[in-house]
Amino acid sequence: MQLKIALAGNPNAGKTTLFNQLTGARQHVGNYPGITVDHKEGCLLHKNKKITITDLPGTYSMTAYSAEELVARDYLVNEKPDVVIDIVDSSNLERNLYLTIQFLELGVPLVIALNMIDVAKDRGIEIKVEKLSQLLGVPVIPIIARSGFGEKDLLEAAIDTASTSNNGNTTLDISYGKDLDSALPELISLISENNFMTDTYPARYTAIKYLENDEQILKKGRQNNTEIASRLEEIVDKLADHTRKTLDVYPEAIIADQRYGYIKSIIRQGVETHRFDTDRLYTSDKIDKVLTNRLVGPIIMLLIIFGLYQFTFSWSELPITWLESFFGWLGGIVENTLPDGLLKSMIISGVIDGVGGILGFVPLIMFMFFGIAILEDSGYLARVAFMMDRVFRMFGLHGSSVMPFIVSGGIAGGCAVPGVMATRTLRSPKERMATLLTVPFMNCGAKVPVLALLIGAFFAESKALYMFLFTMLAWVVALLAAKLLRTTVLRGDPTPFVMELPPYRFPTIRGLLIHTWERTYQYIKKAGTVILGISILLWALMTFPGLDNEQKGFFKQQRQETISSFSQETVKELDLKSKPSSEEAIALAKKLNTIDNAETEAALRYSIAGRVGRSMESITRFAGFDWRTNIALIGGFAAKEVIVSTLGTAYSMGEVNTEEPESLGERLKNDSNWNRVVAVSALVFIMFYAPCFITVVCIAKESSWKWAFFSIGFNTFFAFLAAVAIYQIGMFFQLG
Amino acid sequence: MQTVVLRNMKKNQSGIIKAVSVGGVLGRRLREMGLTPGTEISVCGRAPLKDPVAIRVLNSILTLRNNEAEHIHVLINNNQ
Repeated sequence: MQLKIALAGNPNAGKTTLFNQLTGARQHVGNYPGITVDHKEGCLLHKNKKITITDLPGTYSMTAYSAEELVARDYLVNEKPDVVIDIVDSSNLERNLYLTIQFLELGVPLVIALNMIDVAKDRGIEIKVEKLSQLLGVPVIPIIARSGFGEKDLLEAAIDTASTSNNGNTTLDISYGKDLDSALPELISLISENNFMTDTYPARYTAIKYLENDEQILKKGRQNNTEIASRLEEIVDKLADHTRKTLDVYPEAIIADQRYGYIKSIIRQGVETHRFDTDRLYTSDKIDKVLTNRLVGPIIMLLIIFGLYQFTFSWSELPITWLESFFGWLGGIVENTLPDGLLKSMIISGVIDGVGGILGFVPLIMFMFFGIAILEDSGYLARVAFMMDRVFRMFGLHGSSVMPFIVSGGIAGGCAVPGVMATRTLRSPKERMATLLTVPFMNCGAKVPVLALLIGAFFAESKALYMFLFTMLAWVVALLAAKLLRTTVLRGDPTPFVMELPPYRFPTIRGLLIHTWERTYQYIKKAGTVILGISILLWALMTFPGLDNEQKGFFKQQRQETISSFSQETVKELDLKSKPSSEEAIALAKKLNTIDNAETEAALRYSIAGRVGRSMESITRFAGFDWRTNIALIGGFAAKEVIVSTLGTAYSMGEVNTEEPESLGERLKNDSNWNRVVAVSALVFIMFYAPCFITVVCIAKESSWKWAFFSIGFNTFFAFLAAVAIYQIGMFFQLG
Repeated sequence: MQTVVLRNMKKNQSGIIKAVSVGGVLGRRLREMGLTPGTEISVCGRAPLKDPVAIRVLNSILTLRNNEAEHIHVLINNNQ
């Protein structure tokens, strides 16, 4: 029979390290429906026994106040694993046992893994393992998850516990003080006499949860049996009134105090002894003296963040170029083998560009997550949150929001896709949503060519200054938008910041690699399919319905007329050589090219996207955009850099090199529809309107489609208002 | 002996928690992290902008914002 083991414990207690150690690469990540808490499963063979291990999210308690805690609790109650391995940090026994006590109260078959026993020893902490096991009534196995020490013993103990605890689990009953202890029997008898949720929870556990005012249990109780539920709530209310009057505390506070009291009493029975003074500075504290120093700390932080940025964006450049040339090569093959037509156009522009677009981000995401994994696993990320919290809190965000903002383009040239994914390190749900929705405002690497084009064309005299101003503008707008969201749709008190600064640790290579791979793979798997679909859809929008025969005939006729106006030899020369040399032939090639470009422009104008662009002109003219700009903006939803090439097509410029868009810039500068005010209006719109759909898909995968559509609507609406304001005010003062 | 709130404690000052006077989510969170009456804490330092504050409790380092530290009453020795 297959054995089900669940791993549980405090964050930073080494849960993931043990999980990786036990299962190696045989693991997969799943998501709990509706929420973004990862659920990892792995399997291993131990003495021909197949064991499945589930890594539960790290929690400090089993209350119902965060998604992680609910997931952990529901798993234990609903899935009923054969045994739970509770990972406990040996050098922080007291706090870690708080969760252990709650497992014992729930009555799950438990084995305690006393992790980092070596670190505790270095710190002069001696733990009497047998004594602890005897007092708690469960096996306690000292382990070192990083090295694999104690792993076999742990598995043996787990298998042993699983096989013996099948018939009726015993629960730990601890005393909760005079007031609560006198109320508990009444609650328990009411619960067990009526079989009130007794098939899911032990009666005493339900009673304690009622005293703790646990929202989830209260709600379940009401659904289960309204009458019993209200009688239980009545008893608890009366008791709460009493304790508040006499002791000025709620029962839930008494419960926490008593649990810690119980833990202290266990530890004082000789379980833990200290060889040195507890005030001693550990290595980790010494490092913190420098890294979180009030003056040096922020400077080092800037350097480290800049280093991460450099690492992510410069080092990933080479693999990205490889991928690009691979897809270019693939496109070339299709170009040469397939006959001209819709299928070819769809394969090149829809499929190859689409898949290339997805995979083009892979090196970026891998490098970024590798860098972040180092910062996270070493414990530095928590310090960044600690130092930056004061600033980000002003905008309703969290200290941990800084990383996603930087990665998304806080330093111009980032990318919102890894930025959105980096919000995973945030544990506060509202702050996380606000970060997720505002990071696409930053100037990502794909917006930079557009910025360069327009700034180069209209503000050539001070390019650097304008580039800097627009980067600052992105920050200001993103932070203010976050504030706006946090006071409206994401309104609510800040989630408690209370957070642990874990001791600095050297990350393990294995952990880093698993971390990186897991997140990259999730991106490919989850985003990949959707992105390919949308890419084909956008291709269709810009291709269909195509020019009708009459229009095609018109261009054909023009071509023929042009050719017949030149001599036979010239036409021949052009046919034979790819690079004509005579002046005549060059002139002919130029003319034909102009006609080709005019035809592509006409086709684009005639396509669905073109029609939408033209019909929107009546609205967008308030912001100064004509239909050509509109089409480019629609194309920009595929990827922001597409704006440049689509503008090129719409202005009959043919293929425009994204890297050197000067000729297009000249064209815009001389166009009567464009001037400085229009340029600024367009820049602002492009910076802030709907994120590219790859980002949108990532937002949906990290939250829900509801929020993804919200981000399209909200951003576009906001960007349009800003663009209209700039255009109208600018034109009023004749700044153009 | 004197009671002060954690918010007003200085760096390296230590004492014993007397009361945690907040309920709800924050109260629960503070308690489960080990901030219960009778526990010894000491202030490790503050962030560059003087907020949040880092404290040592039960052999680990916790950080909390000043407005959260306001609810924690600590009994300190006057000699410090």
